[in-house]
Amino acid sequence: MFFQETVSQAPQFFGLVPWIVFFPVIGLLFNIAFGGMILKRSPAGEKIVGWVASIASGLTFVVSVLLLVSLLGHPEGMVVPLAEWIKIGSFSANWSFQVDTLSVVMMLVVSIVGTLIHIYSIGYMHEDVRHNGDPGRYGRFFVFMNLFIVSMMILVSADNYLMLFVGWEGVGLCSYLLIGFWYDKGEDGIGNAVAGKKAMITTRIGDVGMLLALFAMFWAFGSLDFNTIFAKAPQVAAASPVIILLITLFMLVAVTGKSAQIPLYVWLPDAMAGPTPVSALIHAATMVTAGVYLVARSADLYILEPQAQFMVTLVGSATALFAATIAVGQFDIKKVLAYSTVSQLGFMVAAVGMGAFVAGMFHLVTHAFFKGLLFLSAGSVIQGVERGAHHIEHDPKLKKQSKSLGPDFDPQDMRNMGGLRSRMKVTFWVYLIGAISLSGLPPLAGFWSKDEILAEANKLYIWAYVLLAIAAIFTAFYMTRQVLMVFFGKPRSAAAEHAQESPPVMTIPLMILAGLTVLGGLINLPEFHTLEHWMEHTLGQAIHKAEFVMLVAALSTVLALLAIVAGWWFYNPRRYEAFWAEPAAKRPDDPLRRLIGPLFELWKNKYWIDELYWAAILNPYIALSRFLADVVDWRFWHDWFHDQALFGGFNRLTGLLAGRIDLGIIDGIANGLGTLAQRVAAVLRSVQTGFVRNYALSIFLGVVIILGYLLLR
Amino acid sequence: MNFLLHPLTLVTFFPLVGVVVLLFLRDEQKTLARWVALVTSLITFGISLAVLAQFNPANPDLQLAIDLPWIPLAGWEIHYFLAVDGLSILLVLLTTLLTAVSVLSTWTAVEDRVKQFMIFFLLLEVGMVGVFLAQDLFLFYVFWEFTLVPMYFLIGIWGGGRRTYAAVKFFLYTMAGSILMLLAILWLGIYQGSFQMPALIAKGGIPANIEFWLFLAFAAAFAIKVPMWPLHSWLPDAHVEAPTAGSVILAGVLLKMGTYGFLRFNLSLFPQATVQLAPWMAGLAVIGILYGAAVSYAQKDVKKLVAYSSVSHLGFVMLGLFALNPQGVQGGILQMVNHGLSTGALFIIVGMIYERRHTREMDAFGGLWKVMPIYGALTLIVALSSMGLPGLNGFVGEFTILLGAWGAGQPGAALGSTWFAGLAAVGVILAAVYILLMFQKLFLGPVTKEENRVLLDLNWREVVTLVPLIVLIFWIGLYPKPFFMLMAPAVDKLVAAVQAASAVALIP
Repeated sequence: MFFQETVSQAPQFFGLVPWIVFFPVIGLLFNIAFGGMILKRSPAGEKIVGWVASIASGLTFVVSVLLLVSLLGHPEGMVVPLAEWIKIGSFSANWSFQVDTLSVVMMLVVSIVGTLIHIYSIGYMHEDVRHNGDPGRYGRFFVFMNLFIVSMMILVSADNYLMLFVGWEGVGLCSYLLIGFWYDKGEDGIGNAVAGKKAMITTRIGDVGMLLALFAMFWAFGSLDFNTIFAKAPQVAAASPVIILLITLFMLVAVTGKSAQIPLYVWLPDAMAGPTPVSALIHAATMVTAGVYLVARSADLYILEPQAQFMVTLVGSATALFAATIAVGQFDIKKVLAYSTVSQLGFMVAAVGMGAFVAGMFHLVTHAFFKGLLFLSAGSVIQGVERGAHHIEHDPKLKKQSKSLGPDFDPQDMRNMGGLRSRMKVTFWVYLIGAISLSGLPPLAGFWSKDEILAEANKLYIWAYVLLAIAAIFTAFYMTRQVLMVFFGKPRSAAAEHAQESPPVMTIPLMILAGLTVLGGLINLPEFHTLEHWMEHTLGQAIHKAEFVMLVAALSTVLALLAIVAGWWFYNPRRYEAFWAEPAAKRPDDPLRRLIGPLFELWKNKYWIDELYWAAILNPYIALSRFLADVVDWRFWHDWFHDQALFGGFNRLTGLLAGRIDLGIIDGIANGLGTLAQRVAAVLRSVQTGFVRNYALSIFLGVVIILGYLLLR
Repeated sequence: MNFLLHPLTLVTFFPLVGVVVLLFLRDEQKTLARWVALVTSLITFGISLAVLAQFNPANPDLQLAIDLPWIPLAGWEIHYFLAVDGLSILLVLLTTLLTAVSVLSTWTAVEDRVKQFMIFFLLLEVGMVGVFLAQDLFLFYVFWEFTLVPMYFLIGIWGGGRRTYAAVKFFLYTMAGSILMLLAILWLGIYQGSFQMPALIAKGGIPANIEFWLFLAFAAAFAIKVPMWPLHSWLPDAHVEAPTAGSVILAGVLLKMGTYGFLRFNLSLFPQATVQLAPWMAGLAVIGILYGAAVSYAQKDVKKLVAYSSVSHLGFVMLGLFALNPQGVQGGILQMVNHGLSTGALFIIVGMIYERRHTREMDAFGGLWKVMPIYGALTLIVALSSMGLPGLNGFVGEFTILLGAWGAGQPGAALGSTWFAGLAAVGVILAAVYILLMFQKLFLGPVTKEENRVLLDLNWREVVTLVPLIVLIFWIGLYPKPFFMLMAPAVDKLVAAVQAASAVALIP
C-alpha cells in the first residue's frame, strides 16, 4: 500500500523504471520460447530473433530517456519500490529501484551502447554462426545478450547493495556464458569454455569481497539501502573508523575482480575468446566498469576513509601503467584492445579512488563509446579478413596462387593484416577516430575525460599523476602501432589482400558510435561542467570542483603526439615492410625487439603473471584437493579408519571372544554344560558373519542391558 | 478430532494405503505399480498442502496437534503426539514433494522388482514425515529408526556394484549414533518425567554438566546423519551405490533429519550447552564447507562429486543454525529446503545420464550441451542454484546464513569471531570451482566419444520431473518471502528461548 502511494505521487515517468528490466526479460523469454522455432521455419528467422532482442534493448533506452526527462524537472530523483525480497528479523532488502542522476547516466550508457551492439550483432552473428558451423546457436546468443542487459540494469538501478549484488553476479554469469559461447572451440576444443570458467571464478573471488563488505555493512548500519547507509556513514565513522576502512577495502577487492584490476585482472584478456560484440559490450563498455560505478556510488563511504582512497588510487594507477605496457607486446588485435581496456579501467578506478568521481564517470562514458567502437571495428576487421580467406577458399584460381592459408591461419593476428585502409574504408575511418580518442588527442571525447583525470591527479596525488601520464604515453604508442600494422602498408596475407567491408547493419552502428566518440566530450567540457552539475544532485558533498589546467592538457597532448611520432618511427609502412622483407629466420617478431628485446619479451608474455598464479595458487589447490580426496578422505579415513580399524577391529574382537570362550569352556568343563557353552559360542560366533541383522542385534542387546541397569538399579 | 482423519495422521500414514494396494498387485504389473506409487505420493503431497492451508504462519507454537496416550509405563507414558510448526512445515512439504518427484524419476530406471521398490519407497515416506511431525521423543525415535529399514533395502537390493557394503555401512553408522540418542532420551524420560517436547521444554532445569552430555548424545545421532565432518564417511558410499531415487531422498530429506534434529531437539532442550558448544559446532561446519568443496573438486565420478558437495552445503546449514540468531537459523532452514531441491535435482540429472550411458565417469562425457540442449540448459540452472547464484534459491540461503554467522561473530554473540563467516565465504568460491568444472566436463568442449553423439535429449516425463524443482529454484530465489514468513515466528521464539535460557553463558 505504502509503495503504491509513493509511486502515484511521483513525476510521471519515474514509475516506469522497472521496465528497464522487464523489457529485456520479455525479449529473452520470447526468444527462449519461440526463437528456435522461428529460426527453423522462417527464412528471415535470424532477422526476427535479432530484432526482437534489439528492440527489447532499444526500449530500455527509451525508458532511460524518459527517466532523464523526469530528472530534469526533479533532479533529486526517487526510489521506486517493486517488491519485498528478503526480510528476516531486523534485516530487509527489497527489489527496489533508485532513479537518480548517477544511475540514469549508467542506464543511458548501457542502453545506447547495448542497443547498438545488439543491432551490429544481427549482422556479425549471421556470419559468425556460419563460420563456426552451428547456425542453430544464433538465437541463444541474443537470449544471453538480453540477459546481460537485464543483469546490468539490475546492477545500476538497485537502491541497495544486495540487489546491486544480484546484477553484479548476474553480469558475471552472462560473461561466463558468452565467453564460452563457442564452448566447443578454442585451444584443444575447450579453450573458450576454460576462459569462461576462469572469468567466472576470478571475478567470484572479488564477489566474495563484496559479500564480506555487505555483512560488515549490515551489522554496522543495520541496513543495506544506499540512502540509509550514506546518511549514517559519518556517525558510524566517528564511532569506529576501522569498520568503514574494512568495508571500503572489501569493496576494493570486488572492484579488482569485476573491473579487472591488479591482482585479479587476469581473466579479462582471456575473455576475448567470446564473440567480438561480447567483448565490446561486456568486456569493454559496460560490465567491467561496474567497479567504477560501485566506488562512485559509495562515494560517501570512501571520502570518509583516506587510507581506502589511497589504496584504490594506487591499484588503479598501477594497473593503468602495468596493462599499458603489456598492450605494446601483443599481436592479437583484440588482445591489444583488452589490455588497453584494463589500463583505461585503471584510469577510471584511480580517478574515483582519489575522489574525482565525476572525472571517473566521465571517462567511463567516453570510454564506453570509443572502446565499444574500437572493439566493434576490430570485429569488422576480423570478419573482413575472414571474408577474404573465405573468398580464396572458394576461388580455385586464387587458391592455387596463395600458398600460406593453412588451417591455423589466425585472422586476429595483426601480422597477417596490413593495407586494410583501402579495402575497408568505413571501418578504417571509424577505427582511426576511436584510436585518436583513446590516444587522448583533442578534441575527441577521450581527451577531455582523460585530461580531467590527469588534472585531478596532478592536484591530489602527484605520484599517481606520473604513473597515469606514462600510461598515457604507452597508450598513444600502442594504438599507433596497431593502426599502422592493421591498416597501412601492403597486405601481409592473401586473406588481407582480399578482405571485404562489412554490411551496413554492422557499419551503421559503427558510424553512430564514431559520432558519439567525436561529440562525447561535450557532456562535461571545461567551463560548462554539465556532467558535474548533473552528478552533484546525487553525489553532493563528495564532489569537488574540477579545474581545467592548461599546462596539464598541453603537456599530455605533447606527450601523446611524441608517442605517436615514436610509433610512426618504428612502424611506418616503409620501415615495417623493409623489416618484414627480411628472411623470417633472421628477423624477430617485432621491430621493437631490436631496441628493447628483454622488455618486449616481458610484455609479450604478460610478465608471466598467469604462470605465477598457476604455480602459486592453482596447482597447489589442485594438489591439495587430490590429497584430501585420495589420501585423507579415501585411503586413510574411509579405507583404513572405518573399514580396517573400526569394522575390522570389531570383527577381530568378536572372533577372539568367541574363540576364547569356546575353547576355554570346552577345555574346562567336559559335561552337559559344554553343549550349552557351544551354543553360546555359536551365537557369539555368528556375530562376525557380516549380516547387518546380527550387528543390529548386538547393538540392541547392549541397549537392553543398559536400559535394564537404568531401570532396575 | 477423529484420530484417523486428523490431517497430520493422514499426511504421515496415507502412503500405507498405497502400500496395501501394491501388495495386491502381481509382480509383472510394473506400470500399474508405478502409477499406484505416483498417485499415492501425489495425494500425500496434496494432503500436505491441505495441512499448509490450515497452518497459521503467525502462530509460533505447535499447531494441529494430536496428542493421545500410547504406551503407559510406570511413572511416564509415551504419547502418539504429532504436531507441526514453523520449524517443520517446510520440511514436510519438501518430503512429500520430493517423494513424488523421485517416484517419477525412477519410472524407467527401476525395472527389477518394481512393486517391492515402490513399497519400500512409500514406507520410507511414512518414516520421514513422521520424523518431522513427532513431538514425543520416543515416537520420534521410532520413526527415526524406522527410516533406516526401507533405505537399507533400497540401497541393498537396487543399488550399484558394492550395494551390500554400502547398505550395511549406512545402517551401522546411523544406528551407532542413534543408540547414544536413545540413551539420552531414556535419561530425559526417567529424570524429567516425560517424553513430550512441550513438557520437557517447560520443565527445563537440567544441571549444566548433564545437559552438556545429553547435547553430545543427541548430537552423535544427528551429526552422523547430517553428516558433519569428520563423520561423513558413510555418505559417499551410500550415495554412489544407491539407486537414483534413493540418492534423491537420501540427500534431499534424510540428511535434513540430522539438521532438523539439531534445530528441534538440541537447541530447544539444551540451550546452555548449545551456546557453550556453538563455536565448536560452527568450527566443524566451516571445516566441512571447505573440506567438502575441496574433496568434491578432485572427484572423477560425478555422483561422488555431488555427494561430497552435500558435505559442503550441509556445513552451511549447520553454521546458520549455530549462529543462533534469526538470520542464521531462518537461512539454515531455508537452505535445508534449497539443498533438497538443487541437490535432489542434481542426483536426478546424474541419474538421467547414467540411464543413457551406464557410466558416471566425467571423462566419458564432454560436449553434451550440443547433443542434449534441453538437458544442458536445465542442468545449468540447477548447477547455478547449487553454487549460490543470486536470483536463484541457493543464494538466498547462503547469504542469510553468512549474514547471520557474521552477526554472531560480534563480541558477546554466539560465535564470538567473524572468522567463521569469513572462512565459510571462501566456500562460495570453491563451490564455483567444482560446479563449473563438473559442468565443463559434462557439457562443454567438443563431443569426443562416438557413443555420446547419439544420445537422446530429455523426454517429456523427464522434463516434468525436473520442472517443479526448477520452478521452486526460481521462486525461492526471487521471492522467498512466503517461505520465510512460514518459519519466522517459530524461529524468533526458538532464538529468544535459547538466549533467555543461556543468558549467563552468552556473556563470557
